Amino acid sequence: MSTDVSRGSRARHDAEPARRTPAPPAGDLIDSPRFQEAVKVALANQQQRANLRHATTTIRGKRARVVAELDNWQELRQAGEQIKTRVGRHMPDYLLQFEENFTKAGGVLHWARDAEEANRIVIDLVRQTGEDELVKVKSMVTQEIDMNEALEAAGIAAWETDLAELIVQLGHDRPSHILVPAIHRNRAEVREIFLEEMGRYGTPAPEGLDDEPAHLAAAARTHLRNKFMRAKVSTSGANFLVAETGSLVVVESEGNGRMCLTLPQTLISVVGIEKLVPTFDDLEVFLQLLPRSSTGERMNPYTSVWTGVTPGDGPQAIHLVLVDNGRTKALADPIGRAALRCIRCSACLNICPVYERAGGHAYGSVYPGPIGAILNPQLRGTASEVDRSLPFASSLCGACNEVCPVRIPISDLLVHERHKVVEAKKADPPHIPHTAEPQLIKAASWVMADHKHLEWAGLGTMMGSVVLGKMLGIEKFGAMPAPLSRWTSARDVPMLPEQTFRRWWKQNRGDQK
Amino acid sequence: MTATITRKGLKVALFATCANDLMFPQSPIATVELLERLGCRVEFPEEQTCCGQIFTNTGYYDEAMGSVKNYLKAFEKYEFIVGPSGSCVGSVRHQHEMLARRDAGDAIGDRVAAVAARTYDISEFIVDVLGITDVGAYFPHRVTYHPSCHSVRVAKVGDKPLQLLKAVRGITVLDLPNSEQCCGMGGTFSLKNPDMSMAMAGDKARNVASTGAEYLVAGDNLCLLNISGVLNRTRAGIKPIHLVEILARTEGGN
Ligand code: SF4
Repeated sequence: MSTDVSRGSRARHDAEPARRTPAPPAGDLIDSPRFQEAVKVALANQQQRANLRHATTTIRGKRARVVAELDNWQELRQAGEQIKTRVGRHMPDYLLQFEENFTKAGGVLHWARDAEEANRIVIDLVRQTGEDELVKVKSMVTQEIDMNEALEAAGIAAWETDLAELIVQLGHDRPSHILVPAIHRNRAEVREIFLEEMGRYGTPAPEGLDDEPAHLAAAARTHLRNKFMRAKVSTSGANFLVAETGSLVVVESEGNGRMCLTLPQTLISVVGIEKLVPTFDDLEVFLQLLPRSSTGERMNPYTSVWTGVTPGDGPQAIHLVLVDNGRTKALADPIGRAALRCIRCSACLNICPVYERAGGHAYGSVYPGPIGAILNPQLRGTASEVDRSLPFASSLCGACNEVCPVRIPISDLLVHERHKVVEAKKADPPHIPHTAEPQLIKAASWVMADHKHLEWAGLGTMMGSVVLGKMLGIEKFGAMPAPLSRWTSARDVPMLPEQTFRRWWKQNRGDQK
Repeated sequence: MTATITRKGLKVALFATCANDLMFPQSPIATVELLERLGCRVEFPEEQTCCGQIFTNTGYYDEAMGSVKNYLKAFEKYEFIVGPSGSCVGSVRHQHEMLARRDAGDAIGDRVAAVAARTYDISEFIVDVLGITDVGAYFPHRVTYHPSCHSVRVAKVGDKPLQLLKAVRGITVLDLPNSEQCCGMGGTFSLKNPDMSMAMAGDKARNVASTGAEYLVAGDNLCLLNISGVLNRTRAGIKPIHLVEILARTEGGN
């Protein structure tokens, strides 16, 4: 595993000498294989599975403990749900209110319809400063629009300063978790990456670096220090936008965000329109919900709030790029829009048995796990293989529904998205790649619509099973033809009983009517 | 017999569920025998078929409507509808109304919602409606209980199955590690995501085997089928059994 890391990156360095920042894996996320296929690779990676099991189990436990401390947790969740639902219903009003207050405070607002537009705006803003590099606060939306690569192509180097994002960037990798982007790496792998890569992009890792977490963090701090000191431009996302005051809010754990938000002259924030909350008081709800749900902390270590420009203090040029990129399309779906309540806490990832085993990369998006399975098809549509497969990447166990701090009914939305995929299939039959599913489902639906059909079908299956069993002299089926073979390759299936319940009832209770 | 029967002679419609009818008839049979022993009059409306969640959860809403309408026809005249499956009961209560309103409008939707609200998982019915936790059962074995996802998170039966289980005479109930995690069955999930489903079932089976139980108990036979399918392959020697089949057994009885 660890040798793979260095070998892979070395090959990439040889191929791309002109780059300024480490190259991520080749290709676009949207072209990822179907979830079912990607999972095979993930399941075969024992190191990653162990890392994920350990990390998700730890964070699940922490979350459960701090949530149990609050006796009004369910009321807080309801409040979170209601505030965000209101924002969704009155989005245009809150956006305009925010624009007015943000502008009044000295900020410059830019509207971006999609990723391309957002990236073009950011590139132009950086060029206007005359700089060719910037430091970044961790941000999901800049990952979503692939901003780092757009900047790189424009000759601008974007440096990640969050520890885990730094590990991902230096590792020529992609994030695999919303909150802990390097969750799939353990500390031995991190040490390898630091030793191999830091020197290429700035201050090298100290010689003899071991894999003690404190030493790894110190190496990162030294590596980043130089970048912070010389940075004239920074970018951030925001956890919340307050319409009433025009303020932006970032919560973080490491303090790197605080450095990016205060040291440079120019701050460019890139934020999705759904991050709005109506009033400053509403933060009271979310600043309780978010840290407990995400890191399992009572309060997050750093909360930064800024409202426009303060003369002589902090950045003197404050920009905000408000990004749609599929959000208004999601908002137009009265059921699906609940997904826009998401505050990216990642509790649903940590609790999900599928995510725990698949890891984030299998989802083919910067938004993995249960929220990714419902959000990606809404933001990106279902034209790609991976987006069509995502709503099915769940056993519908419902564990995510219970932890979501804004009460998104994730299982219901998964079923809703499945329905949309099926409707698209039905409307466009050539779409269906060699599957008899709609026909099978139709036949089964006919059987279940009338008990007489069910009795006939039951009799047929049962007789087949009994006759086969008698002929072969077996009591259980081991192997079966496809598609059932997918099931039986690892499990035994008992023979069907010789008598249905219906028959038993007729024989034993049939006379009482 | 210590069971106190508070509502004698209650008429109950059995919702056998299609999978139990065809593949696990011993469970609805045990449901009939148990309810009768507790003083209920059990009827089996023979028009019934299935809850339709196999269609709904695969995204085929139109195809699920046959089941929804059929359920209404079969059960509308009953006050208590009881089934031995948290999953099917959960689907009736959580999904039928949405499907009906979408397809057939609010008049049918209201009727469907009303029937759904009168549908109970067997464990809820015994504890909440009959007011019993000790049903007078006898089962001198070591068991462990898997709280199936849909019984806990959709039907929301809570710890009622465990209350009933712990009151059984002679029984030893062993804690199942990581019990609340899904076994990977998930209806068509196990066919659409076979590799992931197997990984989940394998972990669940390992946890079950670690308890040293003789029996694995659940309120849903399809989860039992999934987990015991793996246990069987590994010759773990742990038998699957539906909760209701334990509750139906009495000392010196069947
Ligand atoms: S869907 Fe809910 S639980 Fe998942 S990341 Fe968003 S807010 Fe958190």
